[in-house]
Amino acid sequence: MPGFGIEGYVIVSAVLFTLGVAGVLVRRSPLVMLMSIELMWGAAALLFLAFARQFGLMDGHVFSFMIIVVGAAEAAIGLGLIVLLFRAKEVVDVDEVRELRG
Amino acid sequence: MSAVVIIAAVLAVAGGVGVIASRIPVRSVLALILTLVSLAAMFIAVGAEFIGLVQIIVYAGAVMVLFVFVISLLSARNEPLERPVSLLPGQEKSGAVAAGILAVGLVIAALRHVYPGVLPVHVGYGGVRAFGAALFYEYVFALQLAALLLMVAVVGVVILIARRD
Repeated sequence: MPGFGIEGYVIVSAVLFTLGVAGVLVRRSPLVMLMSIELMWGAAALLFLAFARQFGLMDGHVFSFMIIVVGAAEAAIGLGLIVLLFRAKEVVDVDEVRELRG
Repeated sequence: MSAVVIIAAVLAVAGGVGVIASRIPVRSVLALILTLVSLAAMFIAVGAEFIGLVQIIVYAGAVMVLFVFVISLLSARNEPLERPVSLLPGQEKSGAVAAGILAVGLVIAALRHVYPGVLPVHVGYGGVRAFGAALFYEYVFALQLAALLLMVAVVGVVILIARRD
């Protein structure tokens, strides 16, 4: 396994994933939350590719490609929603969006 | 132990910390670009040359530019910063603690697992030909669904953003 062993790649992927989770939980700016989600996608793609190399198969590459595709589509729609929100309310904080109450 | 991969891993984690710790969104985007390029270096180290370059071109090149456009669009009126203290009391601390617990759990699970040995890879692994063969022979249905997803995303964004005058 080039670089460090497979454990190293799993740990790097886990650290990046939890940084993304921390970003979604702690930050309230919708842009930073979207970026933290992109961080989680990247961590998952790294794990797929590391194990694809481990087993000598190309299936992990195809799934990483799907990760990039879905991440791009989700970023586009998420940013569109942020622009819409900003047009309507001048908000930059997801806590401000609370008109739909239970 | 390759020095390039270790440096790339450290830079990726540093970029991740920069994304969640920056108050200014443009700095978060730059940190995320650093993370994505470091991840692409690790992808290439693992043998995924095509995916690494696709990541740089599409993800770091196009999606991050989209983020920068939206930030510049929002900053046209005022700085897109959130409130300094959350409305939910103790949100930052609980979030950090929860993420820390998750990190500890994942690292313990990763280290306790016994991984099988590395299998040999064929010639041309990670290249365009092998990737194209896998994508179009085995996963052609997933490819069609991905294309459908992209079309739905484009149509959805146009419908969302169009002004109803």
